[in-house]
Amino acid sequence: MSETETIIKEEVTIKFAGDSGDGMQLTGKLFTENTALAGNDLATFPDFPSEIRAPTGTVWGVSGFQVHFGSRKINTPGDQYDVLVAMNAAAFKSNLSMVKRIGATIIINTDGFDSRNLRLAEYENADSPFAHIPLEGYELLKIPVTKLTKEALADSTLGRKDQERCKNMFVLGYLLWKYNRRLDNSILFLEEKFKHKPDLLVANRKVLKAGFYFGETNESFTSRYQVDEADLPQGRYRGITGTESLVFGLVTASHKSKLPLYYASYPITPASDILHNLVALEDYGVKTFQAEDEIAAICSAIGAAYGGSLGITGTSGPGLALKTEAMGLAAMLELPLVILNIQRGGPSTGLPTKTEQADLLMALYGRNGECPIPVLAVPNPSEAFYIAYEACKIAVEHMTPVIVLSDGYINNGAVPWKIPNPDELPPIQVKFAVAPENGIDYLPYKRDVNGVRPWAIPGTPGLMHQIGGLEKEDGTGSVSYDPDNHQLMVKARQAKVDTIADFVPDQKIESGPESGDVLVLGWGSTHGVIESAVQQLLSEGHKIAHAHLRHIAPLPNKLGTILNAYKKVIIPEVNNGQLVKIIKDKFLLPVIPFSQIKGMPIFKDELVSFITKHLS
Amino acid sequence: MAEANQPLEKAPLRSKDYASSQMVRWCPGCGDYAILSQFQSALAILEIPKEKVAIISGIGCSSRFPYYMNTYGVHSIHGRATAFATGLRLTRPDLSIWVVTGDGDGLAIGGNHMLHLLRRNLDINVLLFNNQIYGLTKGQYSPTSQPGLKTKTSPSGLSDYPLNPLAFALGAGASFVARGIDRDSKHLRNLIIASHQHKGTAFLEIYQNCNIFNDGAFSLFTGKETKLDHTILLESGQPLIFGSEKQYGILLDGHLPKRVDLNNRQYSIDDLWIHDEKDIYKAQILARFFDAPGEMTDTSFPRPFGIIYQEAKPCYQDLQEFHSKETMESQSEKDIQELLKGKSSWIVE
Ligand code: SF4
Repeated sequence: MSETETIIKEEVTIKFAGDSGDGMQLTGKLFTENTALAGNDLATFPDFPSEIRAPTGTVWGVSGFQVHFGSRKINTPGDQYDVLVAMNAAAFKSNLSMVKRIGATIIINTDGFDSRNLRLAEYENADSPFAHIPLEGYELLKIPVTKLTKEALADSTLGRKDQERCKNMFVLGYLLWKYNRRLDNSILFLEEKFKHKPDLLVANRKVLKAGFYFGETNESFTSRYQVDEADLPQGRYRGITGTESLVFGLVTASHKSKLPLYYASYPITPASDILHNLVALEDYGVKTFQAEDEIAAICSAIGAAYGGSLGITGTSGPGLALKTEAMGLAAMLELPLVILNIQRGGPSTGLPTKTEQADLLMALYGRNGECPIPVLAVPNPSEAFYIAYEACKIAVEHMTPVIVLSDGYINNGAVPWKIPNPDELPPIQVKFAVAPENGIDYLPYKRDVNGVRPWAIPGTPGLMHQIGGLEKEDGTGSVSYDPDNHQLMVKARQAKVDTIADFVPDQKIESGPESGDVLVLGWGSTHGVIESAVQQLLSEGHKIAHAHLRHIAPLPNKLGTILNAYKKVIIPEVNNGQLVKIIKDKFLLPVIPFSQIKGMPIFKDELVSFITKHLS
Repeated sequence: MAEANQPLEKAPLRSKDYASSQMVRWCPGCGDYAILSQFQSALAILEIPKEKVAIISGIGCSSRFPYYMNTYGVHSIHGRATAFATGLRLTRPDLSIWVVTGDGDGLAIGGNHMLHLLRRNLDINVLLFNNQIYGLTKGQYSPTSQPGLKTKTSPSGLSDYPLNPLAFALGAGASFVARGIDRDSKHLRNLIIASHQHKGTAFLEIYQNCNIFNDGAFSLFTGKETKLDHTILLESGQPLIFGSEKQYGILLDGHLPKRVDLNNRQYSIDDLWIHDEKDIYKAQILARFFDAPGEMTDTSFPRPFGIIYQEAKPCYQDLQEFHSKETMESQSEKDIQELLKGKSSWIVE
């Protein structure tokens, strides 16, 4: 056994990539679980092939799993990779451009680089496997993973296919060795997973150990890495995806408000997972409905809200476009409704599996007439829970539809999550109207001090009333074409939404000093990258700060004061500058856009260098 | 809908108790008035408490209906009343839910939702006022307008084929399909009552005269001279017989319907087809009695009125396990905490 040196690293990004059938998602998940138990902070992101069943060995069939972990706070699933694990030539080809230029490790399964694989990956020179791999700057580890897996299973009775399928465990074992990890957690997981398949358990465990000992005994690998524990707040944690976090927020809101949750939706990427998750929660009082189209989904959710349920619908960009007329109805009926929009690349069908933040203006303004609707934005998977909860609270307490913006990057990403205690969440006050005292007529549009009308649900004696999409008379809710009444009602609906700013937290600084040279203002999924970039620049001594919007309509109080406390305001967005327009409009400030619209999250290095230019 | 049928403690409600204080604003002479009054009278007969009734409409002349009823009502958006009602139905099993729609609202812009409502068989009663025209937008042709009809958007005569609403409903899997007409009030009221009593989606098409933009569209079926020879009133268990002197009948010759003249003694009443509401095949043939009134001759099949088809089949909401508010309240705080905790969690110290 050779002497191995152990190098301490602060943070590492690993990408596991292979063919859909290579088990990379499982490898990534197991490595992540081990990482969480090792006390690191982390974030992950899956990278599914864009085709459902692409041919084996082709670049369209490559499936990946990215994990970013560290002893410091981890804000994003990472940009460029420190380590790429490529199980075949196609995985290598489609991921090479994302590997760090200097000091990165590339681990390849040489058995996935035979001439057939090279040809399927459309490499020109299919006969000389590594001719096209630029080696400078990389640590390239060539391991015949498939061959070594089969050797480890020499005395196994498993068939050839099943044996080969264990090769992901070899990679996992090797990486666990490489990062100085314990094997036992992963073995426990395998024992659970293959409880009823003892022969597969034996084989996978064997290969996992073989990978680990391969690292330990192989002369050529002399360095191991160690990532120390992160300083995470105390408490009980679990892993959670953005989708799960959103769903739990909704279910918790339903539970706390004692309103049955009704979720109606039409299949659409990447929002469908919300429906998949909620369908499984019927025991928690959740009612789901897969509607015939986007319009039916939202209209049925409004119908449920009219009947006294917590009505929710979810979709992605093109679906939001279809729902616009019904959103206007909900705003006119002044009924509670939550609309989740998991943004994706647009316009039209656009880039269904790629991330973008380009529905902000549609969420704010995309309706006929004057139709203000509160808009909340999810900054990361952990906070999706709280945003979803708050959206329900606002909808019910202010009798209004509320839009929640998230995106594919947040919903599919996963992080360790400090499990919240529902008792500590603010209550959601529900007041169903009851029949007024004798002689007094019920007024469905009589507003309280916050401009909120009562919620009178069918079945309540004495409150029969008729409402609709036509303009209402103030108070009575009868149809009215009176010019002054229309102006009054338009202003009243706007005032009701504006008032919500007094019920949500004032704008705060995320990090950095309370005044200085540059404020980086963001919303939504740019939270992590902005935070990382600002932290780096702060550590370099710059007077820079990060503020992040969770509420975009109405904008939180104190935002203006914050914006004016810095010489420059930079707004990074994965769109063509939409928040920029809002801030310019509301505050008349010369903000600086940083737009990137590539269907990908913004990278830290690019953001840092952009900001740096404006710091000098 | 058992709860909706509970007897009242107070004096029985009369038809006018269901009328709201709003002034009815349809054109004088419009067929909608007759339908409104039969509906109010049907609710009184059924003794449904006012607060248990929710009427959901879309957009169009007929969709003003909820404003004239002293019940819960929503005048929603064009074509979507069926979708709105679906969410209400799925969350409120206790209400009596009615969708009021028209040929444009329910079969053009809202055709998709109508199709799926019928397919799912939710317990909702649909009253489709068919006047074969767009009235509220002042006279454009609709999906049920007759070929050749001259309207604002078909000045030289319509070249579209009309939709057959009953065939559409049967094709969508509707469990109750019926046709009534504004001018035959008692018959219409009975059909409204039958719609309510049917568990599942009831599809009741009501021919309604728009005396402003499409006057007389159904005059062949209402005129004293022509009515009896061109319509047939279906009654379960009764032979298909019609005509001013009950001289015509319909029989089945193999799978084909045949119109016969009983006066020529070749056939007797015993040869005729006996109406069976539960027979989907016969219902599909009846729905096809759809000759354009302008082209009807002495050998045409008459237009059928009454319940064409009715089938007892489980409703969507019954097939799904419904979680009522009570189960909701019995959920303990621990459950939600267990959910948040998930299967595997760890402690950071
Ligand atoms: S336009 Fe026609 S359908 Fe509309 S209210 Fe007048 S008569 Fe009735």
